Amino acid sequence: MNAAAAPSPDPVALDAHLVVETGDFSLDLELGCAVGVTALLGPNGSGKTTALTALAGLRRPRAGHVRVADAPEPEWLDLDRGVDLPADRRSVGLVLAEPLLFPHLDLVENVAFGPRSRGMPRRAARARASLELERVGLGDLARRRPGGLSSGQAQRAALARALATDPALLLLDEPLSALDPQTRSATRADLARRLREFAGVTLLVTHDPVDALTMADRLVFLDGGRVTQDGTPADVVAHPRTAYAAQVVGLNLLAGTVRSGPPVVVAVDGAGAGAEVVTAEEPGGLADGSRALATVDPAAVSVHRERPAGSPRNVWPVVVTEVTMAGQRARVGLDGPVPLVAEITAGAVAELGVVAGTRLWASVKATEVRVQPG
Amino acid sequence: MSTRVRGGRLPLLAPAGLALTLVALPMLALLLRVEWAELPTHLSRPVVGQSLRLSAVTTSATMVVVWLLGTPLAWVLARADHRLTTWVRALVTVPLVLPPVVGGVALLMTYGRRGVVGGWLEQVTGLTVPFTTVAVVLAEIFVALPFYVITVEGAMRGLDRRYDQLAATLGAGPLRTFTRVALPMVLPGVAAGSALAWARALGEFGATITFAGSFPGRTQTAPLGVYAALEQDPQAAIALSLVMLLVAVVVLGALRSRWLP
Repeated sequence: MNAAAAPSPDPVALDAHLVVETGDFSLDLELGCAVGVTALLGPNGSGKTTALTALAGLRRPRAGHVRVADAPEPEWLDLDRGVDLPADRRSVGLVLAEPLLFPHLDLVENVAFGPRSRGMPRRAARARASLELERVGLGDLARRRPGGLSSGQAQRAALARALATDPALLLLDEPLSALDPQTRSATRADLARRLREFAGVTLLVTHDPVDALTMADRLVFLDGGRVTQDGTPADVVAHPRTAYAAQVVGLNLLAGTVRSGPPVVVAVDGAGAGAEVVTAEEPGGLADGSRALATVDPAAVSVHRERPAGSPRNVWPVVVTEVTMAGQRARVGLDGPVPLVAEITAGAVAELGVVAGTRLWASVKATEVRVQPG
Repeated sequence: MSTRVRGGRLPLLAPAGLALTLVALPMLALLLRVEWAELPTHLSRPVVGQSLRLSAVTTSATMVVVWLLGTPLAWVLARADHRLTTWVRALVTVPLVLPPVVGGVALLMTYGRRGVVGGWLEQVTGLTVPFTTVAVVLAEIFVALPFYVITVEGAMRGLDRRYDQLAATLGAGPLRTFTRVALPMVLPGVAAGSALAWARALGEFGATITFAGSFPGRTQTAPLGVYAALEQDPQAAIALSLVMLLVAVVVLGALRSRWLP
């Protein structure tokens, strides 16, 4: 399968082949992951969660193997040789959509549960737990029981609990999906920061393009239990191979720094003069100089022969880099002060004579730009 | 709930009131027949102290066994996916509906001199079980354990399996998951099951008198004491009954305030 063939400069830290069959569903997944974050994406029922539970040792595949190079016992599964390590001997961390903290334990005890289970003395385990809680910004809630926490706090505590055992493989199953939108973006920023410090392999199952594009080094798309695409976010954005992938990564994602308004302006990273995106967002929560992510739906990017007059706040001169037809719609890659993908009708392609190298003007209304803390 | 009585409800209220009377009147009657002034004297009769002491000892022993063996059984039943699990669960439930005297006969057939294990036991150790305090405890376990197991198993089955799975990924083996995660999370169920089992053990009569007899100080527990005293010393029987009624009310009250909604 193409997963194994994908060239990777990094050594393979997770090498897995999972064959799971349940009723009318079958999963056949080969994964080779380096240290870093790999996002597993796919529609409901595509086998993402099945893959995670099999990797964690909570479900026995019909065939396959799992090797995790940095784990104390690297051979987790090799059904040909009769190896099937139980979950409690795999070096794995698991975070689900719901935090599922142990309600009878306070946060320190929750986070210390893993180290204690792996034989660490009580005092050392508690010290480690306190450190993990500090790292996710919950140091002052250490003695609280989970009952009184907000959903975002509880999910950060669940992350701390999963990381306190120094797992070689961290499995995140839609970790942000149960949070309300505001909590989600704040928690995403914390999660992304914490994952950058994590030295193991992370598999992130998600439906949310922003999760995938902000946190993952690599995207693996699943459908019907098979890999449909495997590549870097840039690869997939440029050449989505399935409608699902196109829909998921279809967003233009621009990382930058906030220049607080009104209007709120995001100065896009690594671009020259004029590389600013004007938004219609309220400044609340977006401090001057803070990191932010601006997202723009490609369908909201208009292209013109002449510099458009009138209302759009964001107008850039661009050069067409490529045109990909998909039915009656075309995805047009645009190079300019801000790199963009526009989605326009086939009719507009013909009318404007859009081919690679064409010089155009791109515009985006301020109201079409979404901004969240990055 | 509204307490306003409207005409349309009368056809329901009459049988409801009668039902209440059937339950409440006997308890009230017991209270009405207590000679309160003489109560301390009646309570100091040997049969009262002796049988209460024996009940305390045997029900305590019963509860220790119920906790130590019943809790793992409840957990196994709650988590096993085997097709035999349903049958095992049904088997455990039988003593709940079995007439206690039948239980007593069954216990005799097991531990009696001609019993399935009784004969062997006597040969090897020289001990006989029937008509001893041990027999009382065995009878109490037989009738009380199912109450505990069914209650705790229900609580454990309601426990989200993902907690077990998370504990496993954190490195906890099955025993640690059971003691540190599952058990603390079902403590309300354990308390409710314990109270039910203990109350059943305390009230046990039929199996005990069949299998252990009614020997004062050895097998005559409080219910047997009441029955024995009723002929010669009705006031001692009433006093003993009053104590047990009080205990029942206290147990119920403790359950309601702490563990029941």
